Amino acid sequence: MSSSTSSQPLVHPAGTARLLWMVLTTVAVLALLAYLVAFDQGAVSRSGTYLHELMHDGRHLLGVPCH
Amino acid sequence: MPLNTTTAPPFVTVLVRGLLAGLVAGLLAGAFAYVAGEPHVEAAIAIEEAAAHTEPAAGVHQHEDAPVSRNGQRGGLFLATGLFGAAMGGLLATAYVLLARRRRTYDDGRSGLLLAGAALLGAVIVPFLKYPANPPAVGDPATINQRTVTYLLMVVLGLVAVWAGSLGYRAVGAEAPWWLRVAAAVGGFLLVTAVSYVVMPSFQEVPADFPATLLWDFRLASLGTQVVLWTGIGLLFAALMQQGRRRAAGVAPTT
Repeated sequence: MSSSTSSQPLVHPAGTARLLWMVLTTVAVLALLAYLVAFDQGAVSRSGTYLHELMHDGRHLLGVPCH
Repeated sequence: MPLNTTTAPPFVTVLVRGLLAGLVAGLLAGAFAYVAGEPHVEAAIAIEEAAAHTEPAAGVHQHEDAPVSRNGQRGGLFLATGLFGAAMGGLLATAYVLLARRRRTYDDGRSGLLLAGAALLGAVIVPFLKYPANPPAVGDPATINQRTVTYLLMVVLGLVAVWAGSLGYRAVGAEAPWWLRVAAAVGGFLLVTAVSYVVMPSFQEVPADFPATLLWDFRLASLGTQVVLWTGIGLLFAALMQQGRRRAAGVAPTT
C-alpha cells in the first residue's frame, strides 16, 4: 500500500475507489442489521412479527421506541 | 522501521476487530440487561396485561397472542444485543478508518476508545435524555412511527453535537490554555444539544397510574445496558487495535 515517505496518505489513490465501495457496502449491511434488530416490524424481514417479538426485550432495554 | 507503514491495517482487518468487539460487548450488555433489566420488563408486562384485561376495548395486544413465549423473548434479548453490538462495533470500526487521517494521536487504542466515548455521548446519552427508554405498557402505539423517526433524528443530532464540540476544541487553537479549549468543546456540544432539545417534539405518554419507581428503575437499567455496550466496544476495540499494532511492529510477536 504505502511506499516511501511518512507524509503520504494512508490509502493509495488507486485503492480509494475500492475502499469507498467496501465502506459503503459495510455501512449498508450493518445499518440493515441494526434495523432488523431495532426497528423491523416484519415488513423487511418477511418473517411476520417473529423477529420483532423475539427481540422484544432487547429493543426495550436498548432504549429504542417499541410500541 | 517507519511506524506509519505498519500502522495502517487494511479496512477489513479493522472491520473484523470492530465486529468482534461489538459482538462480545453486545453479549456482555445482554447479560447486564438480563440481570438488571428483565425483572422490570417482567413487572411492566404484568401491569400491561392487567390493564388489557380490565379494558378489553383497548384492543388486542401483542403479548396476548405472541408467537414468541416470554422465555423466548428473554433468550432473544441476547440475540438482539449481540447482533446490535456487532453492527455498532462494525460501524465504529468504519468510522475509525474514515477518520484515521484526521486524528491527532498515533495511539490506536486511545483513538478507538475516544471514538466509542463520542458515540456513547452522541448516539446514546443525548437521545436518551430527550427520549428516555420506555418499558412495556408505556407509549402510545399510535405514535410509534413518529417516535421512531424523531428518535433516529435525535441520534443524528447527538452525533452532530459531539462533532460541534470537537470543532470548537480545534477552532480555539493549540496555543490557547487547555481549559479554554475544553470550554469551547463543551460550549459547541451544549449549543447543538440545547437547540435540538427545544426544536424536537416531546412525547408524554406515561400512563398516570404507572409506578414511577418502576419507570426509573427500568430506564436506569436501559441506560446501563447501553453504557456497558459502548464501554465494552471501546475497550475491546482499543485492545485489539493496540495488540494488532504491536504485532505488526514486531514488539510482541504472538502466534
